[in-house]
Amino acid sequence: MFSEEKTEEYTATKNACKLCTPLGASLVFKGIQGAVPLLHGSQGCSTYIRRYLISHFKEPIDIACSNFAEDTAIFGGGANLRIALENILLQYAPEMVGIATTCLSETIGDDVPMFIREFKEMHRGEEMPPLVHISTPSYQGTHMQGFHGAVRATVEALATDQGADDRKANDQKANEKTRVNLFPGMLSPEDLRHLREILTDFGLGFTLLPDYSETLDGPLWTEYQRIPAGGTTVDAIGRTGSAAGSLEFGRVLAAEKNTAGKFLEKEFGVKCHSLGLPIGIGETDRFFKTLEFITGMPTPPRYAEARGRLTDALVDGHKYVSRVKAAVFGEEDLVVGIVSFLSEIGVIPVLCASGGRSGHMVGKIAEIIPDYENKGIRILEDADFVDIEAAAEEVKPDLFIGNSKGYTSARRLNAPLIRIGFPVHDRINGGRLLHVGYAGAQRLFDRIANTVIGKRQDDSSWGYTYM
Amino acid sequence: MTSIPILREREGQIYQKGREPFKMSCGKHSLAGSVSQRACVFCGSRVVLYPIADALHLIHGPIGCAAYTWDIRGALSSGPTLHRYSFSTDLREKDVIFGGEKKLYSALCQLIDAHQPKAAFVYSTCIVGIIGDDVEAVCKKVAKEKGIPVLPVHSEGFKGTKKDGYQAACDALFKLVGEGPTEAVSPCSINILGEFNIGGEAWMIRDYYKRMGVEVVSVMTGDGRVDDVRRSHGAALNVVQCSGAMTFLAEMMKERFGTPYIRVSYFGLEDQSKALYDVAAHFSDHPEIMAKTREIVREEISAVYPELQRIKPDLEGKRAAIYVGGAFKAFSLIKALRYLGMDVVLAGSQTGNEADYEMLRDMCDDGTVILDDANPLELSKYIIEKKADLFIGGVKERPIAFKMGIGFCDHNHERKIPLAGYEGMLNFAREVHATVTSPVWKFAPKAVIS
Ligand code: SF4
Ligand code: SF4
Repeated sequence: MFSEEKTEEYTATKNACKLCTPLGASLVFKGIQGAVPLLHGSQGCSTYIRRYLISHFKEPIDIACSNFAEDTAIFGGGANLRIALENILLQYAPEMVGIATTCLSETIGDDVPMFIREFKEMHRGEEMPPLVHISTPSYQGTHMQGFHGAVRATVEALATDQGADDRKANDQKANEKTRVNLFPGMLSPEDLRHLREILTDFGLGFTLLPDYSETLDGPLWTEYQRIPAGGTTVDAIGRTGSAAGSLEFGRVLAAEKNTAGKFLEKEFGVKCHSLGLPIGIGETDRFFKTLEFITGMPTPPRYAEARGRLTDALVDGHKYVSRVKAAVFGEEDLVVGIVSFLSEIGVIPVLCASGGRSGHMVGKIAEIIPDYENKGIRILEDADFVDIEAAAEEVKPDLFIGNSKGYTSARRLNAPLIRIGFPVHDRINGGRLLHVGYAGAQRLFDRIANTVIGKRQDDSSWGYTYM
Repeated sequence: MTSIPILREREGQIYQKGREPFKMSCGKHSLAGSVSQRACVFCGSRVVLYPIADALHLIHGPIGCAAYTWDIRGALSSGPTLHRYSFSTDLREKDVIFGGEKKLYSALCQLIDAHQPKAAFVYSTCIVGIIGDDVEAVCKKVAKEKGIPVLPVHSEGFKGTKKDGYQAACDALFKLVGEGPTEAVSPCSINILGEFNIGGEAWMIRDYYKRMGVEVVSVMTGDGRVDDVRRSHGAALNVVQCSGAMTFLAEMMKERFGTPYIRVSYFGLEDQSKALYDVAAHFSDHPEIMAKTREIVREEISAVYPELQRIKPDLEGKRAAIYVGGAFKAFSLIKALRYLGMDVVLAGSQTGNEADYEMLRDMCDDGTVILDDANPLELSKYIIEKKADLFIGGVKERPIAFKMGIGFCDHNHERKIPLAGYEGMLNFAREVHATVTSPVWKFAPKAVIS
């Protein structure tokens, strides 16, 4: 039996500000053309994860499961994985299967790579899509570890430097557009579309991984799409090893040793440019500078124009937001990105919180606001919403910026919530929120300023109308 | 249209009325690799116990199971709201290696000190069963130290289906039953079982019975209170809604306390009225109850009738597909849809048993597709083939309907509006009407069916 000493060090997580690892991995696989995510474990996890993703994206999200039963948990999941794969190949005819483990299969110690080898062996001579595996025990990380881990695992499994050799050998290919890799992190479909637009306007070929901008935000269908159209192709992922460079978003991610971009740099010499999420002017400028550097091209005029309109809007609206206090929460890189933007417009991020526990967030915020302590800014890592609300009660933010999960806290503290990131499951526009680029900063600024103005208007007994 | 292959192992779980022979091979574990709409044992337990608002609900395991079920149900409380928190031991790697008992112990103690609950439920999720924590022992110890019942709920996800979760929840509840005083309980009294107060449904139903002159000792577990459960054995009758969830508890109470039970449904005018009449009939030595019941039914129906009549012509002849958790709900929905003039072209459930499916077969028209433990591919295939105008299901079915360009009505524990009772029938009709008659469908491309 357990000992009673030092019990005070263990507390429960109350209203988590994070999700579990296979959710992040599933989302990445949903952004690969023809891919089916398969969770190796018991049914509940995949159903809950589907349900959760559906409420944000409002799209059908098929995630298969190897369906452990009691005897599977005892004798191992090899047989179940085989049956699952066979059924998926039959019913979905996938171009890739992304296999992520759940806590259960991790804990019983299933050797998934071996199961996959055996499966391929059994089906030798048959055509077989790539089977990409990532180990995702949730007790080791959050949904963000699952997300970045799946990007890395996919690249590791599929990337070659084939293209580079081809290019040398084949003159025609030498004329191929400069191609870059972009690992955007966990952004919205609207963000991904905007990034694609920017890369296209720079005349670049690119591999955007993952890209669920169509698979999780598509039109109506006349027949059920077993796998919705769109996504990064397996082929394009294969060519990441021969790209002119990789861009990888996320200041927190940049602090990790093992990322897709760094892998490609190490294995194939593809230079990795680690950038912050391009939220706000400074980070977006850096993104465009990097694209200019890679292509040797100036930024297309429409972006300079958008930047111009944005700075004009910031000036028009600056007094309304200046010194407004915001509580920002969500996944670490998004928090850091938003903090960077807020610090440009005069909003004080009095509370910055994440359920993530990479250990890098404080340092990354300090890079942006070195005197954050003097400014009374509180930073919480590995936090839940009970922690966040308690801290918010002390710092009294004027508004909350984060996902729908902050609604109850914001409501109790009578401060408006500006919904960003994931999950947004009490509004209908989760997939259409734009955060990145000058256009994203414009929308964020308009929402923040108008929310502040609207609140003051509603709270005033005069109900004034002119500005 | 390209045909979607049905997996061979699934063929026995799909039946079209009119074709022979009828033998549903249900009650099976979901097939690996098929995208089942089912959840797990834990889900079943959580659904049943969730609405007990003055109890602590602590989920022992890694974070996911707790995070995904945080405030997910529409179960309302008239008082405390402890049930709307999501507490988890959030196991980390070292806990998995060295065991999570210490963490569970101190998390429990801290939460109980902070929230002063009347009881605590501790849900074991998958890996707890694997790492071998003695949850039972921890619960016992904390119960003794804190002086409240601390009840383990054995809900390891892989150890069965959602139904086993119902059973685990009932086992935990049963430990409370019989612990409270019953002297003041009226001889004309009932417990309402399997009613979870989604959007305030239990309040409406409770009120009907009260007006009939029947005392409601407890609702299990809608707007639930631990003390009510403890004295629930004092009631003269258990009224069990929905076959799946709480029949287990009714059985156990019958055996231990001799409490008889009847089964009812609160969905649709017909079933709701029957649910009141059946209770009145049970107390036949109090004829005034039946008289009052007739009055209430008349009153309630006439209150909603005119509006229902206005809605019906627009729905006449429209086709509906139903895919819900429990089969009992499907029965009521078929009746309610028929009342609205609609045809049911698909009916399925996640957890029906053989008797349920036979009942479904008997109720359905020829050609209706009956499904057990279906997946999105099958559901979409049949709603197109059967030209459904409406789909009734849960959150996971909603995008399937919308993508295929047909209306949808949420009918699960996550919805926020009451669909039970007379008022609920009106809400239901209004929701069905709003979705089926929306002009947006004219923008939806329609499949050409050969
Ligand atoms: S067991 Fe692990 S993977 Fe499954 S829901 Fe829980 S945390 Fe997520
Ligand atoms: S299957 Fe197990 S781990 Fe997954 S949600 Fe259910 S209880 Fe939790």
